[in-house]
Amino acid sequence: MMSTDREAILARVSAALAPLPQRAALPDWERELVRMRQMQGVTDLAATFCTRLKGVNGTPLQSAAELADLLAKNNWTRGYCDPALLPALGASLAGVQIETTYDRTRVDDYAFGITRATAAIAETGTVVLTDADTSSRLAALAPWAHIVVLKRGDIFPDIPAALAALPTDPNVIWVTGPSKTADVEGILIEGVHGPGVQAVLLVD
Amino acid sequence: MASQPIDQAAATLPADKRASVYQSTKATHEKRTKLLFDQFNDPDLLRRRAGEIKQHVIENLDTLLPAVEAKLKANGAQVHWASTGDDACAAVLRIMQARGAKKMVKAKTMVSEEIELAHYLEKHGIEALETDLGEFIVQIDQDHPSHIVRPIIHKNRREIATSFEREGLGAYNDDPETITRRARQFLRHKYLQADVGLTGANFVSVESGRLVLVTNEGNSRFSLAAPKVHIALVGIEKLVPRDRDLGVLLNLLARSATAQQLTVYTEFISGPKHATQPDGPEEMHVIFVDNGRTDVLASECREILRCIRCGACLNVCPIYRQASGHAYRSVYPGPVGAVLSPLLAGKKFPELADLPKASSLCGACNEVCPVNIPIPDLLLRLREKGKREGAPLAAVGTPPMGAWALMASQPTAWKAALFGGKALNYLPTKLIPVPALRAWEEKRALPAWRGGEFRKWMKQRRKS
Ligand code: SF4
Repeated sequence: MMSTDREAILARVSAALAPLPQRAALPDWERELVRMRQMQGVTDLAATFCTRLKGVNGTPLQSAAELADLLAKNNWTRGYCDPALLPALGASLAGVQIETTYDRTRVDDYAFGITRATAAIAETGTVVLTDADTSSRLAALAPWAHIVVLKRGDIFPDIPAALAALPTDPNVIWVTGPSKTADVEGILIEGVHGPGVQAVLLVD
Repeated sequence: MASQPIDQAAATLPADKRASVYQSTKATHEKRTKLLFDQFNDPDLLRRRAGEIKQHVIENLDTLLPAVEAKLKANGAQVHWASTGDDACAAVLRIMQARGAKKMVKAKTMVSEEIELAHYLEKHGIEALETDLGEFIVQIDQDHPSHIVRPIIHKNRREIATSFEREGLGAYNDDPETITRRARQFLRHKYLQADVGLTGANFVSVESGRLVLVTNEGNSRFSLAAPKVHIALVGIEKLVPRDRDLGVLLNLLARSATAQQLTVYTEFISGPKHATQPDGPEEMHVIFVDNGRTDVLASECREILRCIRCGACLNVCPIYRQASGHAYRSVYPGPVGAVLSPLLAGKKFPELADLPKASSLCGACNEVCPVNIPIPDLLLRLREKGKREGAPLAAVGTPPMGAWALMASQPTAWKAALFGGKALNYLPTKLIPVPALRAWEEKRALPAWRGGEFRKWMKQRRKS
């Protein structure tokens, strides 16, 4: 039955297209077309990324000390951290309860999740997450705060550049700021299903 | 004068709903326009290219569909095809039954609205929960969405708070932040219990077999993190040829829909999770849905299949702003719906034959459309079709043009009419002797009549 549906749909498509004298060609377009004016002449990608990230209510962090401040200021005392990041971050996480396996039966117990970013896009303040680099999809999504660690050298200037280098991962996510909605009377509320705080720690 | 169903719906729309629809559509539209023009050198060329890319897709579906199917399979996804809405619902149910699955979390997808999937599944003993905040509220209210991007544009916070209270989601509280937090708290446990996450797809790249999903709330990301099975319902027109073409379309979609550069989550999904990844679906199913699309492809209005469901044409449409979404009596409201809904209705076309007339043909919808669909032309073609096929609703409600023609061809009559118009400002309209007209007037605040101002202005301009 499924295969007959397939043949039937494809037959109807062919019949519908048969009367066309010619088919519309795929247009060519220059990268300039989709590049934002504001990105022309930009050389410091990390600085632009941080500005854009703030523009979408994200939080750039320049050092592990700033991360420690963020956790302390918000009184976030328990969270998840990707085990691969612990050696570098351990010192700044002293005094905080860290788990390196995300236990989904205690989804409300984690105030934050710290994971790695694969890349970022300066133009839009976007971080790129993949399964290959994100130890747990849930840990990057369910806690109130998501802190993602990004190498300064991994920032693409714009969307076309990021698309040209899309990782071959089954699950590539571009995240641009905290999760949000404007469904109720058009009023912007952050932290709907995903993080209410999206922080990015830049490292060398 | 007999009126069309859409007029009747517009006339009975409560004033506060009309005002809220008007305000928020207008605000989104204005922000969108500013953003596009501030950020791109040539937004209009961008729009035209996007239209050409999608036109290429729909005119080459015969080769692109098998190509994308092969790619998806190679990526590890299972591909299904569904001719009708019922076929699509049955395919979803089959997949769930094969896994013994009982619970589904649904991201927002217009196709699932179109085929009434949630109702179907519930009838078959499956819990199918909407997770997009707006859709969730529509679901608990047993209502219908009234906008393709903002499903509850017609509801205010007090109504929502009442619904939440009724559903046991806490004592009455109409603070939007509280409403959102309560939904968050309730739904996150539902994701974790669900067996299946269902999504749509905004685009599918033929080149790489990647499904592209865009959302702001993160609900579709959650649906692809917790449950073990992923089912994607995809209209057959959703393809894009190459990954790079997404650069054109993604740049336009969020700006046109919600005046953002990019939506918060842009997901590229090409298969089930890696074996090493603890979370994510072990199975991925893609169901390609026709449900009338091949008829649209065969029709004189195939350009409407370029639509990327951004909602910009709704936001700018003077009729939509006055009537809101329910007046269109179909899944897709506004200008896109006025074209698409009657066509998708197939044999039931006559029942929606008034929709193509729900337009002032002002052209605003074409101007904002990120894929440059000539909506006013398509509406005219459908009006023709309605007449040709003798659909009664296509004939109702057209004002007789004779009087206007006479006036417009006689300068004295024109001037007299203008004077008469101006005099209206000083007439006590409450005393209008025709009951129907008086009723009409009572529901409306007429703007002051400014007849003749344009001519005066033009004369002044010529002089200076
Ligand atoms: S017709 Fe154009 S403007 Fe309207 S929803 Fe579709 S893409 Fe957007």
